[in-house]
Amino acid sequence: MGMAAVPAITMLPRVSFAQAPATSAVNTTGLAVTDTEVTVGILHSATGTMAISETGSIEAEKLAIEQINAAGGVLGRKIKFIQEDGASDWPTFAEKAKKLLVNDKVAAIMGCWTSASRKAVLPVVEQYNGMLYYPTFYEGLEQSKNVIYTGQEATQQILAGLNWIAKEKGAKTFFFIGSDYIWPRTSNKIARKHVENVLKGKVVGEEYYALGSTQFNSVINKIKLTKPDVIFTDVVGGSNVAFYKQLKAAGIDLAKQPLLTISVTEDEIDGIGGENIAGAYACMKYFQSLDNPNNKAFVPAFKKMWGEKTVIGDVTQAAYLGPWLWKLTVEKAGSFDVDKIAAASPGVEFKGAPEGYVRIHENHHLWSKTRVGRAKLDGQFELIYETADLVEPDPFPKGYQ
Amino acid sequence: MFGDYSIGDLGSIFVMQGFAGLILFSVYVLMALGLAIIFGQMGVINMAHGEFMILGAYVTWMTSNLFQAYMPSLFGGYFFLAMILAFIASGALGMLVEWVLIRHLYKRPLDTLLATWGLSLMLQQAYRSVFGAREVGVELPQWMLGSLHVTDSIEVPINGVFVMGLTVLITVSVAYVLYLSRWGRQVRAVVQNRIMAGAVGINTEKVDRYTFGLGCGIAGVAGSAFTMIGSTGPTSGQLYIVDTFLVVVFGGAASLLGTIASAFSISQTQSTLEFFMSGSMAKVLTLLAVVGILMLRPQGLFALKVRK
Repeated sequence: MGMAAVPAITMLPRVSFAQAPATSAVNTTGLAVTDTEVTVGILHSATGTMAISETGSIEAEKLAIEQINAAGGVLGRKIKFIQEDGASDWPTFAEKAKKLLVNDKVAAIMGCWTSASRKAVLPVVEQYNGMLYYPTFYEGLEQSKNVIYTGQEATQQILAGLNWIAKEKGAKTFFFIGSDYIWPRTSNKIARKHVENVLKGKVVGEEYYALGSTQFNSVINKIKLTKPDVIFTDVVGGSNVAFYKQLKAAGIDLAKQPLLTISVTEDEIDGIGGENIAGAYACMKYFQSLDNPNNKAFVPAFKKMWGEKTVIGDVTQAAYLGPWLWKLTVEKAGSFDVDKIAAASPGVEFKGAPEGYVRIHENHHLWSKTRVGRAKLDGQFELIYETADLVEPDPFPKGYQ
Repeated sequence: MFGDYSIGDLGSIFVMQGFAGLILFSVYVLMALGLAIIFGQMGVINMAHGEFMILGAYVTWMTSNLFQAYMPSLFGGYFFLAMILAFIASGALGMLVEWVLIRHLYKRPLDTLLATWGLSLMLQQAYRSVFGAREVGVELPQWMLGSLHVTDSIEVPINGVFVMGLTVLITVSVAYVLYLSRWGRQVRAVVQNRIMAGAVGINTEKVDRYTFGLGCGIAGVAGSAFTMIGSTGPTSGQLYIVDTFLVVVFGGAASLLGTIASAFSISQTQSTLEFFMSGSMAKVLTLLAVVGILMLRPQGLFALKVRK
């Protein structure tokens, strides 16, 4: 009875599914909706390099769909999903998105992970008027009628964390290190503007390493030379593991040297090893250890479905929001039509979110809190700080471009 | 950029940076040795080299789990056993692959590229199915973590010293086996002229199989050692393959000394440049230099003098 353990969700107002509205009324554009079922698509990489990250998202989306079905479905219809594999290859993502929209006529797609895959799918969902729920925290600078961004955009994630560490640790000098692609570069650009213009601090180094790079000894020496108050990192993928192992081996003690990362979730710590990263601060909107009733129901339900050993990171939680937000929006709009859903999305709130509470903004991003956690030896984060209010999403931040 | 720092600071940074270059050098040699044997001696372009390394890493991970569960008191020493097991596992898989796949392709060296690339995809998916798509964390014994305090500002990472020691050991053994042992002479004879070698009574099939196995086994040991500095996941092997080929090709395919010289020059160039500019720019400049030199000297730094 994993489903009964979701008290906050069952308290939500719900249309009675005994008298489901007629299909002709709720589906005027020929989507895959019958009197008893509605089909959605799941589009992630189950194979290839990105499978390591996207597996968690697939698991979360399936869990959400199962829970929604157990609670009566959407407008009286059970959700059926078609899963396609993007295979870590961006053209494949676009092709499969087209297949889902054109052949399968899915009512919504939960999918994509990297910005590259989203950029590949975006023209497809816009052309064929689909609805994409995208879970990853990303660099911002994008907004579409056809996409709901359930992760945080860069300013939401970064600014609160920088403010906190500047205040708490009296940090004045920062050293940035990231993987060399669009997300870290954009994030660091925003962070640099914030450090220089708002916090009146100084960036003493900004370094990028090619994706997959495994040697960080040189940059670690530069860190030792410049002695920054804070190391700010957005290194991703396999490089992450190498970076933290070498940092530790070089004698940098994260208990004494503050390090703020925006790219390490519980998922990554699995590979890095808790002992290599303990003491580091991560800036996210969700940690598996969050202490609230929604999360206390969510974590056991997730583990029951996917195994005791699985960990839940920020993106996994954001992926879980996708199907729920879609269901709530459909019920608000009283229709599966994409145009009506796009129009009804702003203002939709999800009180059962494991992160607490989220609401969709006019710009199709989510209002959410930003949190700072400290990595512990066991691979979990301990919540240190959270913003008092929801942070407004601002994908086109003025003064930060 | 040095205006703000004291002489003492700069001195210790140069020492540590020199050390970073040496560690990079050892890592490159360790990655490339297995390939230098397979590509250099046998002419087989083994695109699955990285996957053989990762097999070694997974063996290390399993050994560490085994020790934690059953022999926690001996955990400090598990790494040595893990490296031996990694050698055996990767070597055995290598011999199997040679028997099933490679031996049919000796006359078509370019096709080995395609065949082993396919093999690398298959191995990646196999790891993903067996060990899961997520990376695994290999726990190291306490004594291998941290660093040695030389002075207040100079710290030398222990795992770096370990990798350097291991590299020296393996390089010396390989050099001995290839150049001084009877078996090594057979290997080189087969490489130079397969038909003649067979005619004088060398079992060329057996030599081929063991050579390939040895190369893969060394890749396994390298993978095992790299659990200290890198990630262990189904596709982690891909992180190493480009650098590995770079080192072997630049050094001159058939020469062990060339591999070492090339690893040294690439690693030193890269780590020096990394210090003065950003990591990605350093990589670009290093690659440009290598391409430039290879245009002038296509056979690589050291080439065997053979009569054409």
